[in-house]
Amino acid sequence: MSTVSAERLATIFVEAADTLVDEFDLLEFLHMLTDRARNLVGAAAAGLMLADEHGRLEFVAGSDENVRLVELFQLQNDQGPCLEAFRTGTSVINVDLAAAAARWPRFAPRAAEAGFRSVHAFPLRLRSQVIGALNIFGTNAGGDFEPDDVPIMQALADVATIGLMQERTIRRNEVLTEQLQGALNSRIIIEQAKGAIAQIHGVTPDEAFLRIRAYARNNNRRLTEVANLIVTDLPSLPGMAPSNGPTTPPRS
Amino acid sequence: MTSANGEGDYRSTVRHLIDGQPEHLDVLQRVCRAAAEGVSASGAGICVMTADGTLGVSATSDEAIGRTEELQFVLGEGPCIDAFAARRPVLAANLADAANYRWPMYAPAAHDNGVRAVFAFPLQVGAARLGVMDIFRDRVGPLTEAELRMAFTFADVTVEMLLDTQEEKLKRDGNGTGLLDVGHRAELFQAQGMVMMQLGVSIAEALLRMRAYAYSENRRLEDVARDVVNRTLRLDGHKE
Repeated sequence: MSTVSAERLATIFVEAADTLVDEFDLLEFLHMLTDRARNLVGAAAAGLMLADEHGRLEFVAGSDENVRLVELFQLQNDQGPCLEAFRTGTSVINVDLAAAAARWPRFAPRAAEAGFRSVHAFPLRLRSQVIGALNIFGTNAGGDFEPDDVPIMQALADVATIGLMQERTIRRNEVLTEQLQGALNSRIIIEQAKGAIAQIHGVTPDEAFLRIRAYARNNNRRLTEVANLIVTDLPSLPGMAPSNGPTTPPRS
Repeated sequence: MTSANGEGDYRSTVRHLIDGQPEHLDVLQRVCRAAAEGVSASGAGICVMTADGTLGVSATSDEAIGRTEELQFVLGEGPCIDAFAARRPVLAANLADAANYRWPMYAPAAHDNGVRAVFAFPLQVGAARLGVMDIFRDRVGPLTEAELRMAFTFADVTVEMLLDTQEEKLKRDGNGTGLLDVGHRAELFQAQGMVMMQLGVSIAEALLRMRAYAYSENRRLEDVARDVVNRTLRLDGHKE
């Protein structure tokens, strides 16, 4: 795998800076970052986990959201690269999944089954605190990273942290807790919306997510806002409710 | 799912504190008193969303706290209202700071009642919003990490109790299948969205119906959720 070109990297940082304006949507931003992180190194998938108040890692955003990938993130509540990066505060690089069965007895075989060959994780650090991890899955047995790539991916992880702290009053530690909790609840709303759309459109939750995201983009709405309206006030989203659908939820 | 970092210990402490309150009190008042005790606060209150979608004070640890809680609804601003609207906690470790930009009317009024810090925790599961728990202190300063975890655990337990209160059949000491202690599995939340559409009910009602179903069939909530997502089970009785 080749090292990352400076131009591509600069483009991503400009895009991130452009996104971090007043009314930005945190989950949309984190989705964008995982997508760019994956493209940057030509990896198969990337995702981001944040710790809740009990120090339990929760999946928050992924370059894609297929069931097998989400499950790989959920497994990392008790073992895996994210948990290691989170606990140690240092990155986990170029781990060959075929040789990692002893290190992660449940995670490694499942990840290999899903078609991945290598795995990496970068901590999301804020001062002395670690608040989550960025996870990269690759298809190269030897790993995906040259030494020069490592600080670049860490920089992307740091940009994710900056997104979380994008408030005027970042000096207060409480704001981080408020933001994290808000992000974790937004993630739940997205899952609820996926279920709702999967039910009324007769599609899988994966396909439902793609439709929700496409709707948000095409209508220039925020992802979290669209997801919330799907669950609480579907009729207010013309084009999202099926024209002669089986059920319409009441407004709540 | 095994809880990370002693989460179960927090839950049992919370239960123990609630059970230790006088039995003649309303259950939510016992929660308020237990929460105040658990995080060394001067008081706590629970605001619940009513059927018409408005937020109102439902229980407080004592009358003085009740007046402070009511102030928010009189003045139309405060931590509870903000936490509900933003769907995230509001942690104001120094009410005097908040007077300048957050709550110009509420902060001085609460200060007059002896409140120096206030922490508000939404009672919610995704888009299902049930209310807010407020914790009041008579001294300035943030909650410690352990106190924060305790407060979040109180909020989780309160969500479960509020659902139980609405669903008479479910006793809070039933078979102990909590709504949130199974871990935040994506499937559980997806199933809630699906059931909501199957039954044509609100998301909060869908949560209740799934819990009631799991309870009556004596199955684990996460197993019911998996069957719903895999489309081998519908809660409206139709065949897939």
